[in-house]
Amino acid sequence: MTMAVEKRRRLMPRWRDYGRPRELVVRYLLLFLVLGLTIGPLLWQLLASLKSTGEDVFGANASLLPQHPTLRAYRTVFDQVPVATYIRNSLIVVTLSVTSQLVFSTTAGYMLSKPGWKGRRAVWVVLIASMMFPFESIMVSLFLSIRDLGLVDNLAGVWLPGFVGAINVLLMRGAFLAVPREIEDSAMLDGANEWQRFRYLYLPSAWGAILVVVINTFISAWDDFLWPLIVLRSESNMTLTLGLSRLQSSSFGYDQRMVMAGSVISVIPVLVLFVITQRWFYRGVSSGAVKL
Amino acid sequence: MTTQITHPVSVPGTERTGSVPGPAPSRVRRLARAVLPGPAPGANGAAMYRRWWLPWLWTAPAIGCAVVFGVFPFLNTVLLSFTDAKPLGGAASFVGLENYTRMLDDSDFWLATRNSILYALIVVPLMVLLPLLLAVLVEKNLPGIGFFRSAFYTPVLASSVVVGLSWQWLLADDGLVNTWLEKAHLIRGAIPFLSDSWLILLSAMGLTLWKGLGWYMVFYLAALGNVPKELHEAASMDGAGAARRFWHITVPGVRQAMMLVGTLTGIGSLRVFTEIYMLGSSTGGPGGADRTLPFYIRDVGLDPITGNAGYGSAVSVALFLLTLGLTLLAQRLTKEDEA
Repeated sequence: MTMAVEKRRRLMPRWRDYGRPRELVVRYLLLFLVLGLTIGPLLWQLLASLKSTGEDVFGANASLLPQHPTLRAYRTVFDQVPVATYIRNSLIVVTLSVTSQLVFSTTAGYMLSKPGWKGRRAVWVVLIASMMFPFESIMVSLFLSIRDLGLVDNLAGVWLPGFVGAINVLLMRGAFLAVPREIEDSAMLDGANEWQRFRYLYLPSAWGAILVVVINTFISAWDDFLWPLIVLRSESNMTLTLGLSRLQSSSFGYDQRMVMAGSVISVIPVLVLFVITQRWFYRGVSSGAVKL
Repeated sequence: MTTQITHPVSVPGTERTGSVPGPAPSRVRRLARAVLPGPAPGANGAAMYRRWWLPWLWTAPAIGCAVVFGVFPFLNTVLLSFTDAKPLGGAASFVGLENYTRMLDDSDFWLATRNSILYALIVVPLMVLLPLLLAVLVEKNLPGIGFFRSAFYTPVLASSVVVGLSWQWLLADDGLVNTWLEKAHLIRGAIPFLSDSWLILLSAMGLTLWKGLGWYMVFYLAALGNVPKELHEAASMDGAGAARRFWHITVPGVRQAMMLVGTLTGIGSLRVFTEIYMLGSSTGGPGGADRTLPFYIRDVGLDPITGNAGYGSAVSVALFLLTLGLTLLAQRLTKEDEA
């Protein structure tokens, strides 16, 4: 009996195991302060989107919590603004980007992790060189290229420059290098050809890095603003961020609750993705950092 | 029979030498292996059975993308900066250095440059230090710490547009911040966060910091893992307080990471666009007073009617040179730091 109690105590740490009480209180106070500062504005946005039309969103009389919570604003935003179209367009760009990045960064990263073929170093140099130029300093020329391809005001034009990123190739290469060679040797003895080794040995081993590539691509494509702003023109082709920013600049005609609702809608997919994957994500981020 | 596969030839200079113990082959043998017929130099079992074009096929999309949307646009930008190309097409003619001379006399260009540099000067030190403090705060495994870490990361996930919208309403004349300050009788009359050009710039910097905190916090968390715990224990035994331990143990321990964060945020500050667009409206502040270099490039180079892609390219080259200078400076500082 006493043994069991002892054991449970050791398994379940008590508060005093975490440090002196005063230090703990200060730590938690700071944690909650930063919590308020970081998610406060976003939370406020969420609360404001739930307010009914009779309530002030801001001004002296506005309360923090909605008095009569309602989802009406979410219905209005779909009624008055082509949000569904925006979302569809964003999803198209995201799907294209994630697919192409995933397929081509793994294949290229795999080959670059393999010794013994001519021109490997040259490929490496080209990839590194392409990372040297900040997007903003080449966007004029990029736009002219997209124009010459006839892709202005076309979702493909938004997607194409982010077709496959050198940084993701380097990340995948690092992950593949970490796979012990002995495993590959034994797979070869079992008669696995190159495709089989890539597909059944290397891809599953690089799971963490693949996830990082997927999430980073998803977030950057979903949140991107400047490039869609340059390429897209007509309302029916706009992505969600672009549509939202237009709500703001013409906001006088719009209900603020509705714009808040639109913002919340745009955060949800990324948030869901993050919550599902965060356990692997942190691990992937750190492993990628070490390999790079 | 299978010896050559189970004991692959180890090649110096490649990353995969770990599996073969023993001394590296001499330079003479390496040379001989490169010249003599037989398996290609650097060949291991896998390479010998691979057709020569297969690696090229697998890397072709990446090479293509890097060349077509990375290297070529840059070379083209340099070329375009000597012409008067229009963003929507039409004949472009060579104008020599005209764009560059125009740029040097352009007060708007200098204003944008000043804004970008100012942005870097203010954001970089804060972005190097604040996330580190935050990482130290969430490093210890306390109950519920996972929740805090994730919550601090949320602003990274939201797009700059969404975050900009939220800040816009926080900072509006009748927004939350002004209302609260007035209720607390700290101010009389609203602070014009969104109409004064200096305040817009400062608010945008605040937005950048706020959105980047979580990202660099995660970055520092990984670096903090490499600081030996024993040092902290020994120091606190000797009676060193938290502040002293932070400056004398944590900071030197993550020095390299700080250098990297400084470089990354410096380059990032030169690329700021959306924050200014959201807080200073699409004109970039009153009369364009808050425009950064990317903002200015878009205005002068890509406007469908008045734009001049040639001039925009000249400004782009200036932006690139600024970025390059910053990178080289950071590299030199890092090197001096290591020496």
